[in-house]
Parts: sequence; C-alpha cells; structure tokens
Amino acid sequence: MGEFKVHRVRFFDYMPSGIRALAFNGDTERMAVARMDGSVEIFHCSDRFFQEKIIPGREQCGIEGLSWVGERLFSAGLNGGITEYDLTNQKVKYTIDAYKIPWYTFLVGCEDGTVKLFEVNEDKIQFERNLDRQKSRIVSLSWHTSGSKIAAGMMDMIQIFNVETGHSIHRMLADRGVGTSRSKECVVWSVVYLSDGTIVSGDSVGMVKLWDDQTGTLIKSHNVTKCDVLALSVSQNEDSLVAGTSEGTVVQFQFVSMVLGKDDKEWVRTRTFKNHTHDIRAVAEITTAVVSGGMDAQLVVKPLLDKIEVRSAASALRKIHFPHRRLVFCARNSGLMLFQYPGHLELWRLGESEGKGSSLFVKRNPEKLLHLKVKGEDHIRCSAVSPCGEWIVYSTASSLRLYRLHYQRFLFLFFQISKLPKVLSSANQLCFSSDSSHLFSASTQSSVHIVSLSQSGCKFVGTLKPKSGSHQAIHLLAASEDGEWLASANSDHEVHIYNLQTRKAHCTVPVYSSAVTAMGIHPTTNCLFMMYADQQMCEYSIEQKQYTDWSRTVQRKGLHRLWMERDTPCLNVMFNPQNPSHVILHDTYMLCIIDQSLPLPDDKTQFYNQLTLKSLTEDQRKSHSHAFKVCKTFKDILCVELISDQSLVVVERPLEDVATQLPAPIKQKKFAT
Amino acid sequence: MKITGLSHLFKWENLHNWWLTKYFFPPLFVLCTSGDSVKVYSTRTEEWLHSLQGHTNQVTGIALNRANHLQVYSCSADGTVKLWDFIDGILIKTFIIGYPLFAIYVSEKHDGIVFLHIAMDTDSKNECFQLVAVHLPKSAEQEVEAKELSAVSSRISPNPSCTAFGREGQYIAFARHLQLNVYFFRKQKTYSFSLKATDKKGAKNAFTCIACHPADDCIATGHEDGKIRLWRNFIHTKEYTYSTQHWHHNAVNTLCFTPEGTNLLSGGIESVLVQWQYGAGNRKEFLPRLGGSILHVSTSSDGQLFCTSHSDNKITVIESSFKVCGVIQGLVKGDAVLTDLMIDPRSKALVLNGKPGHLQFYSLMRDKHLYNLDIVQQEYIYEAGLDQFEVVKAAFDINGYWLATVEERGQKSSDLEFVLKLWAYDERTQSFVLNTTITAAHTDRIISMCFSSSEETTMLVTTAEDGQFKAWCQGADADTQQDQSFWSCEFVGSYHNLKPTNCSFSADSSLLAVNFQEVITIWSPDTWELLTTLCQPPGVVRDLCFGRLSCSKYLIATTTRNLLCCWNLLTCALEWSTSVEVSKLQPDPLSENVAAFSYQSKHTDLFVFKPSEPRPLFTHKNMCSEKIHRAVFVPREEPLNNCDESSQWLNRSQLYFLTQNMDLLTFSTATEEDRMLSSSKRLVIDDSVAVTPFYLLLGKHRQQQQKLNTPSHPAADKPQQPQGSVTITELLHTPAHVLPAASVLCSMLVSSLLISNTGVRKDPLREMESSEQEMNSEKEEEHSEEEMEACDSQQELRAQGSVDEVTPKLSKAQERELKRIRKTDFSWMTGLIDSKP
Repeated sequence: MGEFKVHRVRFFDYMPSGIRALAFNGDTERMAVARMDGSVEIFHCSDRFFQEKIIPGREQCGIEGLSWVGERLFSAGLNGGITEYDLTNQKVKYTIDAYKIPWYTFLVGCEDGTVKLFEVNEDKIQFERNLDRQKSRIVSLSWHTSGSKIAAGMMDMIQIFNVETGHSIHRMLADRGVGTSRSKECVVWSVVYLSDGTIVSGDSVGMVKLWDDQTGTLIKSHNVTKCDVLALSVSQNEDSLVAGTSEGTVVQFQFVSMVLGKDDKEWVRTRTFKNHTHDIRAVAEITTAVVSGGMDAQLVVKPLLDKIEVRSAASALRKIHFPHRRLVFCARNSGLMLFQYPGHLELWRLGESEGKGSSLFVKRNPEKLLHLKVKGEDHIRCSAVSPCGEWIVYSTASSLRLYRLHYQRFLFLFFQISKLPKVLSSANQLCFSSDSSHLFSASTQSSVHIVSLSQSGCKFVGTLKPKSGSHQAIHLLAASEDGEWLASANSDHEVHIYNLQTRKAHCTVPVYSSAVTAMGIHPTTNCLFMMYADQQMCEYSIEQKQYTDWSRTVQRKGLHRLWMERDTPCLNVMFNPQNPSHVILHDTYMLCIIDQSLPLPDDKTQFYNQLTLKSLTEDQRKSHSHAFKVCKTFKDILCVELISDQSLVVVERPLEDVATQLPAPIKQKKFAT
Repeated sequence: MKITGLSHLFKWENLHNWWLTKYFFPPLFVLCTSGDSVKVYSTRTEEWLHSLQGHTNQVTGIALNRANHLQVYSCSADGTVKLWDFIDGILIKTFIIGYPLFAIYVSEKHDGIVFLHIAMDTDSKNECFQLVAVHLPKSAEQEVEAKELSAVSSRISPNPSCTAFGREGQYIAFARHLQLNVYFFRKQKTYSFSLKATDKKGAKNAFTCIACHPADDCIATGHEDGKIRLWRNFIHTKEYTYSTQHWHHNAVNTLCFTPEGTNLLSGGIESVLVQWQYGAGNRKEFLPRLGGSILHVSTSSDGQLFCTSHSDNKITVIESSFKVCGVIQGLVKGDAVLTDLMIDPRSKALVLNGKPGHLQFYSLMRDKHLYNLDIVQQEYIYEAGLDQFEVVKAAFDINGYWLATVEERGQKSSDLEFVLKLWAYDERTQSFVLNTTITAAHTDRIISMCFSSSEETTMLVTTAEDGQFKAWCQGADADTQQDQSFWSCEFVGSYHNLKPTNCSFSADSSLLAVNFQEVITIWSPDTWELLTTLCQPPGVVRDLCFGRLSCSKYLIATTTRNLLCCWNLLTCALEWSTSVEVSKLQPDPLSENVAAFSYQSKHTDLFVFKPSEPRPLFTHKNMCSEKIHRAVFVPREEPLNNCDESSQWLNRSQLYFLTQNMDLLTFSTATEEDRMLSSSKRLVIDDSVAVTPFYLLLGKHRQQQQKLNTPSHPAADKPQQPQGSVTITELLHTPAHVLPAASVLCSMLVSSLLISNTGVRKDPLREMESSEQEMNSEKEEEHSEEEMEACDSQQELRAQGSVDEVTPKLSKAQERELKRIRKTDFSWMTGLIDSKP
C-alpha cells in the first residue's frame, strides 16, 4: 500500500449552515434545499442524493420558503424579495420586491397581513392582487389542489380564503398552551391543505390539528411535542404526513382505515424518527423517504421501508453533513492550503515535522498566511490556488478576482491582478494547469476559458466549447500533468476532453446515468479516472478514446458489495507518482488506494482485509490481497491531497466540533438523568 | 376427630396465582384463580364470597361464557374445562380434554368453542405450546369428553397474555419472542411481523403482552423494554404500520383496552397503572404506588371498574375515574420472609414481612389482611437490583405494647447499614408509633433479639456479630423533660469474645440464656451476673428455648451436630439428649409443648414433645419436602376439646409454618374443616344486589329497617347464626321460580324474624357497652389502662382453659373494681337519662 507522511489538518473551521426550507420536485426527482446563509442546493434524489448544484447565497439574504413551478425554482426571503433561480447557470435570475414578504411564493403571505397573489409568466412573475388584509402576520400558506381556496396560518388562528373573491371563508382559532404559555400567542407554523378538504396545521403549542374546511371545525388534534411543530409535509398520494418538531423528531401520521377492509380512514400517528439534535425547520416526504433538515445543518434521508421494493444501499438512512464539492485546495509544490469559507478565503502554510513513528513531532506549527474577505455581498462560488502557490483566484456570482502571492524568506507580497480579460467576469469552476502557467475558468454554456498567467499579468488565450452544445454548468475540471489535456464534467453528466495544444474538443466520454463526483488524469498514461455518484468507477484512455482494459474488467466483474454500500461520494482522485498503478480516492469516511495491478475482489472475499493481511506471512499475503486498500483512520474527511514530497494532507472536520459550535438545542428531560 | 395425616395438611389460602378474566361481569364480582380453585370476591365490600372448587390441579385460566354472562369457564392443568355458575358457585359441566391446559380464551363469535393452550405432544418441557380450538359438545351429561380438537397455531408463547382476540373475534393475535402473528379465521391466513432483537439504542423488542382494540383493527403490544406499540394495517405484509409509546422503564406486564376502546391500560413492575388515551398520542394518566408490580389488568364489561392484580398477592379495584375504591389483599407475598412468624399479642394477628419495608398484620381467624406497618418509612423503588432497606428482625413484648424491629441494607456489599427501632402501641390511634430509633446499636449485624417475658419491666436483649449482647431498657431521659421515656442501653455483656447467636428469656424472666457458639450462658437480668454456663460439645448451638409452664425448669437447645439437648436448670445438668437434625424449634407459649422441625434426607418431619417427657406427643414423618425455618403457635380463640391423644397438642393453639416456597401451612383438625365448609356457604346478601333505580327506591326502606334491627346485627355476624337468618338467606338465594307460594313462606319468615329479635341477648350486650363507656370515662381512677388490659388478657387465658395457676387474686380484685364501677355508673346513667327530657 505504501507509506505516506500525513498532515492531519483540523484547523479548517468550516461550519455548514442550517437548513431552512426544502422543496421536492417529483417530476425531475430533484430536492431543493435552502440554507440559512441564503444558498440553495439541488440534490438528485434518485442518484444517491448527489449534490448537483450549489447556488451560493448573499449576505443578509434569509430564505424563508422555496417552491418549484414546473422546473423553475422560486424562493422568498425576509428581505422582501421573490427570487427565481437560473438552474443551468447556477445563479439568481432575478428578484422582485414584494414588500416585506416572509413566506411563500406566488401566493405570498406578508408580515403586514396581506396575501399577495402573483401570476407566473413565461419569464417573470407578476403581481396580480391582494386578498383581504388581516391584522396579524401570515406565517404559512397552502393551496387547495383545486386552486380556489387557500389556507393561511397566522398568529392564534388559521384562515381560509376564497381566491376568486379574495374574502376569508372561515376563521379557525388555534388554542394556546396551558399554564404559563397561555399568555404567549400560538403561532401556526405550517398548514397543509389536503385535496379532501382537510386542513392540517402545526403550531407552536406542539399540536398537529386536523380541521374541516366546510364547517371550519376541529376534527382531531394530536399532541406531538411539548415544543413547536415547525414543519409539515404531505406525501403525493396524501396517505402520509410528516411533522418536524423543534425537539428534532419527525412524526409520521398515516391515513389508515380503522377497520380493515373498510373505507373510513383516519389520520393516525404512527412512527417517530429522531435523527436530529436541533430544530427541524423543513421536512419533505418524497416517494420512498422522509427528508428532513434543520438547525443542525444536516440533511437526513430516512427511507420508508414499506415503500421500498428492494432494500439496497441506495435506500439506506443517509445523513449529508458536508457539501459534495471541494472546499480545500492545495498548492502541491509549496505546501500551501486554501480554505474556502462562504465569505472569505484563508491561506495556510502546512507545518513541518521530524522524527519517525506513527505520530511525529511537530517542528513548525502551521501558519495562517492570509485572510481574504470577499468584496461585496455575494458569497464565494468557487476558488483555486495554483500548484506553485503563487496564484489565488476566486469567483462570486458577479465577479472574479485573481491575486498573486510573492514570498521571499521574510517578505510576503500579495496583490490583486487588476486588469483581467472581460471573459473572466464570473466562473462556475476554476482550475490551474499543473505548471501554473494557465488558468481554466468554466463559464456559461459549458465553455471553458483559458487565460495564460505570467509575471506581468494575464492574457486571454481562447475558449473551449463542447460539441454537444449543453447549457449546463461545469462542476469539475481536471488538467493533465503534461499540460496537454483538460477534462470538464457538467451537470448533464457529460465529460468533455479538450486538447490544450490545439484548443479543440478532443472527445467525449460516453454519458453515464450517474453524475461524476471526482476525476483525475493519470500523469503517465494520460487516462481519465472518474468516480460516479453511484460508486462506480471508470478509467478512460484519452489517447485511444476508449475505456481501458482495467475499466472493462471492473465493469464486468462488478465492484464489491461493501464498496457499493458506502453512502458518501468520492471527492478526489489522485495518483501516486512513485507507483503509477496506485489510484488514491477518498470520501467522508475513508481513504482508499486502488492498486490496479492486483486482482479485483469478488463478493466472497473479505473487503477490509488489512488486519488479516498483517497476520499472514509474505507469501500468503500475495494470494489474499486485492486491489482495494481502505484506511479508516480518519473520520469526517473534507479533503485528501497528495503533495509533492510524498506526503498526504488530510483535512478533517470532526462532527463533534461542528456540534459544539451549534446553538444549544431545546433542553429535554431524559429518563434517569 | 383425629389428625389423619397428609389429607389434613390444610394449605393456607395463599392467593398468589391471580388470573383475572379479561372481563369480569357483572362488576360486582371479581374472579381469580387461587391454587386449584377459583375465588369469587365482591368488588363492593372486598369480601371473599366463595370459591369454585372441583379442579384437582392448578387452575390456569378462567374466561366468561359469552353466551351466558353468569357462567364462567375455567381450565386447569388436570386436563378439564369446567363451566360454572359463579354467582351460586355451582359446577354446571365438566369437559374432559385429556391434556394439561395452560390458558383459555373465548370469543363472542365462536359459540361453543373454546381456545386452549396445550403443551406440544412431543416435549412438554421445552415450552412448546399449541393453540387449539375445542368444540364443546352439547349434551345434557355432567361430564363430557371433548374430542374435537383442531390446532390453530403451534407458534404460541407460554405466556397467556401473549394471545388475544381481535375485533368481534374475527382474528386472533399471538406473539412469541420477536414475532407477532395475526390469524384471520375467515380467510384462514396468518400474517407475521417480526422485530429486530435489538437495535443501536439497545431496545429489547421481545413481546410480553398483547391486547386488541374492541372496535378498531388495532393491536397493542407490550415489549420487554417497556415500549408499547400500536399496530395497524396488518393485512398488508409490507404496508403495516405501528406507532411506539414509551413510558414504562421495564417490561410491560399487561395491557387491556377498556370495553369502549377509548383507553388503553398498561402496567408493569413500576406498580403504576397507566391509562393511555386511545388515538391521542401520548396523553396519559397515572395511578402510582399501587403496591407490588402489576401482573394483570382487566376491566368490567361496562367499563366502570378496572382491576389490577399485583405480585404481592393483591387485587386493587379501581373506578373508571382512576380512583382506588377497593383493595383485596391476601397474605402479602414479599420477596422473602426475613423475620420470624410472630403473633401480635393484642390482635392475635400473624405478623411477618409484607410489602417491602413493612410488617404486615394478617388475621388468621378471619383470613384477612389487617394492615401494613411502615417500618422503614422510605419510598420503595420498584426496580430490580437495588439495595434497599428491609425489615429483617422483629419482636413483640408479651403484652403487645412494644415492638422492636431491625432494618438492614447492604447485606451483599461490605458497608452494612442497620437500624434498631422501638415502637410503642398507641391506644388512641390503635397502632404502633415510633418511640426510639437506635442507629448504631451494635458495631455489627444484629443476629437475634427478644423481649423479656415479665410484665413489670420490659427489657430487650439483642445479640450481634460483634461478640456482644446488649440489654435495652426504657428509662426516663434526664436531658429531655418530656413525659415520654425512650429506650437506652442498660447492660453490655460478652463472653470470651465469642459470637452470641441466640438469646431467650425464661417464662418468668428471671433468667436469660445467651449462647456463645458452643456455650450457653445463663444470666440473671436483675443483677447481670453470669450464673452458670452449659456446654455440650461438639457443635454450635443453633437454637435454644426455655420450657413453659410446668416445664419452665428446662432449657432446650439444638446444635449443628444434630443434637437436641435438654438441661435441667435446677441441677444444671443435662437431662436428656437425642440425635436429631432440627431446623426449627418452636415452643408453644400456652402449653409445655415444643415443636421441632427436622429436615432429613430431603423431607421434613415434625415432632411435638414435652421437655419433661422422653416420648414425643406427636410425630409426623415426611410432612413436606422443603426445609422449614419459620413456625409459630397461634393461640386459638376458644380451645378445642379433643380427647384424642395425638391431637391434644392442638387444643389451645394452632401450629403454622412457612415453607421455602412461601406457602403457609397449618394443621387443622377434622372439625375445623367442617366448619370452614359451612362458613364458606354463607353469603353476604346485601352486596350482591346491583344499584338500580329500583334498588335505590327500596334501599331507603331497607335502611330504615336496618336501623331498627341494628342491635341484632352483631349477633348475626357471628359464625354461629340463629336458625332464623339461615332460612332468610336460603329463602333469598333460591331462585324465585323454585320457591313455594309466598303465603306458605310468610309465616316461616315472620317467625324467623321474631326469633332473631328476641331481647334475650340484648341485655348483656348493652351492659357490656355501658360498662366500657364508664371505664373510659373514669380518667381519675388510679388504675392505668395498661394494667387493666393486662388483667383482661389473663382472664382470657383462663377462659381458654389453660392449666397454669393464674393468680386468682388479681382477677377477683378486678371484678370487684368492675362491680364498683358498674354500681356507681348505673346511678350516674339514670341521672343522665332523667335530666335529658
């Protein structure tokens, strides 16, 4: 397997932001997730919840609600705007001011008590009219499927509006809590209008109440929690309802017949899931699972076993803590690390060590060289550091900035390159060539701009355009070591390979159904190694324009069951220059070296065989060893990078550290404490 | 009349096999199984009405006949199902199944069919049980053989609460280990649902009980870790669903839906009855501190009453408003009886460990639990494995004024804690009140203690493992100027640093015997000088006692080397000794007799002997197979006149003993059993009448009548009833259609009433009442009440025909006193009566 010196980096204080809203699009099977910092992420539900797109947020842009209209995504925020997103280019399309809107889209409930109706046009949305103005705030809204009625959750009550007339039909009063909480008003945090005329409400008293819209009366109330019920979601066929509480539990209600074989069904509280430690701000029931997210910043996908045909790795409980993008970049030749935070960048120099053994003495501590704050309100979309460590580049939605670092022994110079070519106004993904002479910037329409860098400045060289004419944004770039090839992967699952010499598209890797999560070009053989979200791996020979023999064997024999059952995607592909047959991969929980010279394991062989190999003699080892060598020493890995002096940099972000930085959860009495 | 061996070994009604029916109807009666009989209790008065006797082995289950609500089925390990009329206690039919039966279920839909648990034919020891449906043949005969057996399932848990019928008997749900099965009769299809044995959070998911909702298709299951799951949609193998509730911290023992299905009741070791509102999530009510852990819950068919049975031999009757309205308490069955069996000299009640930390007072005469005395006075936590204070020793003084108790904690661990407490009897509250608490009475565990038997001064002697014995006396404390006097140590004695084990006072309290391993030392309690030592090596003395009455010069001791010795204290020489292994030596306080239980070759023999005579009065070989450590002689209320030599020793007192299986056994003579049977026939009429508007209308009238009849009532309650009331009961208990015309009965009825109302008995009663009143009112009299009481008890003794020379002087003086009082009072009374109008 080989020995590496490992820099175990734990000073990247990355804090994932809490989840505020969820919206599920059943047609495209995409889940939109809005976070507290205003960013919106798109997950592909059928592709192992791979994070396809990230639209970075802005300063002071709290999103309160998300909604899909067809394939268009809208959000409404506390700053009073309705925003539509451009999903192909992963940016905000436009924002309309709707005057103090806290909540929902097209139908917008306002803090001032109005419900505003908007019409969704081809390219814009247009204000249509106001419904009757109410005295109190409108906290939640829900349409009836017929489109003629709207239920609005307010302080202490729920109102039903007729959309035609704009008048209120019913007013239903929600009870306040008992005892001391009687003086506090009851906030109806969420309402759901079912097609059979039942209105379900979740309120701050901890009740889930079912109302009849014909009579405006309470049918049934379920006391779910002592705290607030913050979110409700109903399944598409309306036989199941989930409620998220501030205790971190998700409670499921099911519409079951009380007497078997008869039709008189009732909503009955059934299961309770507890996977969160903090408030659940958003829940969504998708076809086979319940997705929930909250203040503890993790997205939990809890599969519903009764809806799953075949149990497999794809249908296991999934907790997504970290983005499926790289946030850490390494200057391979100079030992520098660039950490990307939403609002700033940090540049660190790695420490040095001496001695031998399993843990080394640190001779020089790691040192923070640079703290670079973003100009303007937008958050960073992508960033990169050149392998030589001289260039730093980052891009927000509106601007791209390139910096040059120059350091002598004691002097540290840092300046921004002021004159940039016009094409470098914004980038979806950034990458430097291995000799640091060129910058590749992924732009709209899957095109890549090439900029040559020199001491004097930078110069636009040319643009690479794919033959397919895809409009999707590029999320991965990989340049070859010899500077001849560049590979780009976009959200349409296309991988294009360009010849940098001729600046022409060389070829396209056959499109696979799953998204590419990581790729790298082998330094000696110039083969493109790709990892997919469904844990498959492919090796594609660029020169021969076909899959390599090894890749075909892998496909034929299939990968080991334990490998396929991992639930986080591989985020980086590296190659060991000492041993060309070694490919180094990592995901959140492990580090793996694939030795392409060794036989592949089949389902009968022991997959994690390091310990057994240790106990065997040299001769026996050969017969037992297989290509996959997995190291699970490190946990919660954000990035692994191989730097030039044969040492590995492992950036960890322990979840315990994340948990300590979260606000205190609601205190709950635990039995026997 | 004679003791005819084992057949007369009368098993005490130890009520530890409760099994309530699912629904007991009408709510006037509670049925429960007890040994080989079914007992019927009234829920109103908590009185035992009668037992349904006829099974020859353990009764394992009872179920109401759905076709006739006055009938009940019972099944037994003897292989029969019997149908009873439980109100009259009449056996209607016997169905012979032929296999040992372990549980019975009936459903309203399956008329004439009962469902039974039988052991699988192959191996009955491996707890492999089968659920079979038995068609009960309809024939007029008393005894029918039921042959039509059809198996429903063979995956049955041995626990009878793991099977239940669903809505309208359409399906049956049964669970075993981790699997729940639901069998639909119409479709003849079984649906199975399994749970994982454990999950990451350490849940123990094994099923412990099942209940089905009466109206909805919902099955409630209890689990080993205290969870309750409500299953729905169980006709789908995939889309079934359940919700989980968790309150119990230990296994759920029982679950029961109320008849309307609005509530679910659950109970477990916590002894808290939990009422879950059906369909309202986790809204629940609690009824805590019910006693021992709850084993079964059932509701009456109208939902008005709930009933819980507890591990400590108790049934609690609870109203639907969640208020306890009655407790039917048998002999409290604790974890172990650590104290000796004792007799409270005042109430003549049997005293032993009851509820944890309590002493129970149980009246053997009336077969009724009297009360619990809280000794430890700390909340008991119902959880396994906790080391909590437990009463280990208790002793009464001869008059019953003082009670000494020792409570202990930490028997297993090294740090032993123990407290010696002395309780005084309070006349006003009629109970014991804590007088003195001594926390460090000894430096090590107290082994034994006894009160002196003299009446002038009460003295307590304790022996402990620290090699000392201490005498405690009640003395006025100089520091506290209070009337109350507390107990303090008077003398500390030891002998060559040996460990004392037993202590005993002679009958007149002039001698104290304390044994130090092999040596018995005789002390004078007045001067505290060591009078003599007796020794009969080898073997450590295990038990010792003084002879009583005419044999009070003898000291009897048993040793670990199987020796029973008897010393004559006048000569200080060994009178006789015999080689017998004695596990318990129990002297009779009312006679010279001493009972010795000998445990040899796995069975216990009983010898009753007089110390003065070499030949035992009575021997009973191979009495039972367990070792006996606790026994007591209970004085009879009135002595028997058995002339038979072998049963003469039972004339004045009765011998009760406790086996290791916690069965309380006694010897009874043939006459007693006859009387038992006759008294069990007696019924309390008034309680079995339902409160109907009609009753209320009549009730007023009846109450007035009762008021008129009050003087006659005490007499009617006595076992020896006048002829008249028996006829009344018979009259009222025979069905109306059987009775002759009312005109025929009328004269009989009237005459019977006349007899009971004759004023012959009235006068002495009234006199007694008045004299008692006067005694109480005369406060300025020099005579303290205590003394009077003491005399009373002596009078009683004399009345019971004891042979000893009771000082007649005192009693005569007492009589004179009484006469004097009576005289004075009479005039006072007349004066009062005169002045009144």
